[in-house]
Amino acid sequence: MSQETSRKKFLYINRKAPYGTIYALESLEVILIGAAFEQDVSLAFIDDGVFQLMNGQDTSGIGMKNFSKTYKALGDYEVRKLYVERESLAERGLAVEDLMPIAYEDENEDYAEKPSIHVVDRSEMTRIISDQDVILSF
Amino acid sequence: MSTLHTINKSPFERPSLTTGLDHAAEGDAVLMIEDGVVGARKGCAFADALRAKQTSCALYVLGPDLAARGMKAEDIVEGIGIVDYGGFVDLVAGAARVCAWL
Repeated sequence: MSQETSRKKFLYINRKAPYGTIYALESLEVILIGAAFEQDVSLAFIDDGVFQLMNGQDTSGIGMKNFSKTYKALGDYEVRKLYVERESLAERGLAVEDLMPIAYEDENEDYAEKPSIHVVDRSEMTRIISDQDVILSF
Repeated sequence: MSTLHTINKSPFERPSLTTGLDHAAEGDAVLMIEDGVVGARKGCAFADALRAKQTSCALYVLGPDLAARGMKAEDIVEGIGIVDYGGFVDLVAGAARVCAWL
């Protein structure tokens, strides 16, 4: 199989808040492992999954590792499409300004910083799901 | 090609069914399994949402999970198909991708 035909579109769907369960951390681990296989990776943040990207997470009081900084490093692993559902934010009283700024450096444009987070509405999210080869749910 | 959406949590516990239905495109299939089958019960709070989705998507429940919870074919919203494990495999094989709403 050629390199081109083995490149598939992977979508990781994240629907849980961090720290209460292991889902968010496990998802990150799988995303980072998957990044080594040079696939076309997108992440979706739906329902409570939007809380994974909250700015200013401080876990010092709960004795757990704060893994939120890992999201900012995803760009270095070619993970540059983070789709956040607009309705999920709104239902939780959140706006995109409440999320961490996450950017990547575009090597094709003199390493200009570009945003990785894209807020999309539910119908656009549905279209993104329909466009994938493989979906991994967390 | 279409997506098979699986729902394995009760809609009274988590929004898996609601979110799954909200993200099912026209022509997709939705299969309720495990505790997800309780959302298919006739007269339940989610019956209207299921009926509304039937115009654009095919809805199914996994029969063995229904039976295990004491429910019969006549107990579920009309128009929802009941499949066995073989039918589950057929749905997976017939879809381009599977999307699990956990």
